[in-house]
Amino acid sequence: MKYVDEYRKKELILSVAEKLRTVSKKEIVLMEVCGGHTMAIHRFGLNSLLPPNIHLISGPGCPVCVSSQHFIDKAMAYSKIPDVIITTYGDLIRVPGSTTSLEKERAAGNDIRIIYSVLESLEIAKDNPGKNIIFLGIGFETTAPATAAAIIRAKQEKISNFFVLSAHKVMPPVMKALVEEGVKIDGFIAPGHVTAITGTTIYNELASDYGLGVVVTGFEPADIMQAIIMLVIQIESGKQQVEIQYQRVVHKEGNKIAQKLLNEVFVAGDDRWRGLGIIAESGLKIREEFYSFDAENNFAVEIPESTEPKGCICGQILRGLKTPADCSLFIKRCTPTDPVGACMVSGEGTCATYFKYRS
Amino acid sequence: MMATTPNILLGHGSGGRLMHQLIGELFIKHFSNSILDEQTDAAILDIGLSEIAFTTDSFVIDPLFFPGGNIGKLAVCGTVNDLAVSGAQPLYISVSFIIEEGFAINDLEEIVKSLADEAKKAGVLIVTGDTKVVNKGKCDKLFINTAGIGRIKKENLNINKALKITEGDVIIINGTIGDHGMAVMNARESFNFRSGVESDCASLNHIIREVTDKYQVKFMRDPTRGGVATVLNELAEKINLGIEITESYLPVNNGVRAMCEVLGFDPLHIANEGKVLFVAGEKEGQKILEVLKNNEYGKQSAVIGRVVFDHPGKVVLKNETGGRRIVDSLTGDQLPRIC
Amino acid sequence: MCLAIPAKVIGVEGKTATVTIEDVEYTASLLLLDDVKPGDFIMLHAGFAIEKVDPLEAAETLQLLLDMERNRPD
Repeated sequence: MKYVDEYRKKELILSVAEKLRTVSKKEIVLMEVCGGHTMAIHRFGLNSLLPPNIHLISGPGCPVCVSSQHFIDKAMAYSKIPDVIITTYGDLIRVPGSTTSLEKERAAGNDIRIIYSVLESLEIAKDNPGKNIIFLGIGFETTAPATAAAIIRAKQEKISNFFVLSAHKVMPPVMKALVEEGVKIDGFIAPGHVTAITGTTIYNELASDYGLGVVVTGFEPADIMQAIIMLVIQIESGKQQVEIQYQRVVHKEGNKIAQKLLNEVFVAGDDRWRGLGIIAESGLKIREEFYSFDAENNFAVEIPESTEPKGCICGQILRGLKTPADCSLFIKRCTPTDPVGACMVSGEGTCATYFKYRS
Repeated sequence: MMATTPNILLGHGSGGRLMHQLIGELFIKHFSNSILDEQTDAAILDIGLSEIAFTTDSFVIDPLFFPGGNIGKLAVCGTVNDLAVSGAQPLYISVSFIIEEGFAINDLEEIVKSLADEAKKAGVLIVTGDTKVVNKGKCDKLFINTAGIGRIKKENLNINKALKITEGDVIIINGTIGDHGMAVMNARESFNFRSGVESDCASLNHIIREVTDKYQVKFMRDPTRGGVATVLNELAEKINLGIEITESYLPVNNGVRAMCEVLGFDPLHIANEGKVLFVAGEKEGQKILEVLKNNEYGKQSAVIGRVVFDHPGKVVLKNETGGRRIVDSLTGDQLPRIC
Repeated sequence: MCLAIPAKVIGVEGKTATVTIEDVEYTASLLLLDDVKPGDFIMLHAGFAIEKVDPLEAAETLQLLLDMERNRPD
């Protein structure tokens, strides 16, 4: 596969690993904030290639993991409304709510469909005029523009039975919040596809005000290794800044069209992150002129009091303060087949990744 | 006659004239053989003096028609393969249909024809069957249940028990993995990926016989639901030894690989319906590989791994960068990811 | 945020593009990307083309990596 296989060549990765060993002296902590990076690091066994003074920690980059219990419970409640079809990305199907999960609701006979593109929801809406189609909008800045595009198209085509429950979030506020909280981070392996949309200015404050290195990174193993070298060189020389490793996809100014759509449909608001509490300006809410497509505006549901499961330390894992190995439930009680917290359910939650790729 | 009613009616399952018409003009017409044509309540079979291998299977696949086959073809392949990987020579199968009222008879005939064709290919006779029709909504279009009988030679009696496997033995597969599961998923979901990926569903008794007639096979299993990973995990636990597989040795179709990358799937966890995993001694394994490669169902055969002393009970994958990771059995369904 | 795959554009039809990944074909939405022509590579994410892959930059990145390999002490 072009633009994929070249960056997976064993010799390349090993030679980058060797160069890393020669330039890296200090103890440094690097955080990756994207589930895709967590997966790639484990899938390709990159941790074992790093010198012992480089520590990689995983941050809250899995949109499913950080979706609040409240959002999940709301989605479940919506699925039980008669004549509602829930459309969702696959990631959400097994996430446990307070009392049930979408998978269980589907088994109980509720119409819940997994889709690959949000535009399939529009087709389902057109094909089922007597039903209400509610799309569960999860994801960061990479995925939110697609939802925005779908809402705009729904407005243009006057599709009145399509709705979105938005749990979309944006990255920079949570990255800043972690640093403010005092989590020891020397640099960020920044999410390549988020930045392809947003452009790099969103990270300037982290570099200038907090002295952190930020390297926008691709998802192949050679990309990640190269980004780590770039971060190490920055930190060793004291020249922390924002750099792009993923040059073949990311431009400094980002994707203007996607940004315009995002701003047209969404506005940033305070949002609750599972395990992290409320973070200011971190969630994307649907603007008033599109309220007719906002599920929250059109469907009233009763939701049980949300509780975090006992013993679950997803919150601390999402902050990079603890690893799954530190959790008393990990493997013993919380497994992919029987998950307790979202970090285990989501295919690329930290706990699921650690479980899948344990050595 | 049949032409007057394009859809299955409840009457087709009620035991009366309509049902006999269906049986005669559809099932007997396509399955005909001297045993079935007797249409007795039980088929009387001559098995000789050997042990009998006996299996049963139900087929509830959705959609009924998919690239590379349909539920009828699958019903034969699945049953025949269960017997063949146990070291038996498949001889006779029964086929029972549970049909939803309203099912199109043309579709039923196409499925029955595929079933008959595959049975002929596999060299098995359909000797008895049953037909039931249920009210609309009481079953999902069509369910098929089968049972299969085969003759098993004394030397093959313990093949499933994996008694002789030792460190150094090799693991061989007869071709690409993940084809069936991906073909079916593509046909079922609204994702709209257009690919040439086809189900690999095939009767493997002939190719297996070619191998076992000449060479010593220590274990066989067909990696259906749960994929290669699940079968290898079950084996590793059974023999309490480790299994090491090498990622670059796994045969995967480009189309399957592409779909897995797009959706975030692992080919090791995807169902196959025309594949068999062999375990054999290293030298024997090389000879088996040659036999397989010369067969139409084994062109892309490969040695994918071996049995080791390390990590007993676990399956470990060596990836392209030299890293190693554990491969688990499939847990739940594979779900397409956005991240 | 993640799972995007490079796909080759083989045709453009207004606001959609027919793309291929190996021999798998998909109709991707171009609602988020302009100026796409057959022969371009795009990053496909959740059914949308979100950005183009720049072949010159890709070659440069690869060259940097290959240089590291060449300079490897043996």
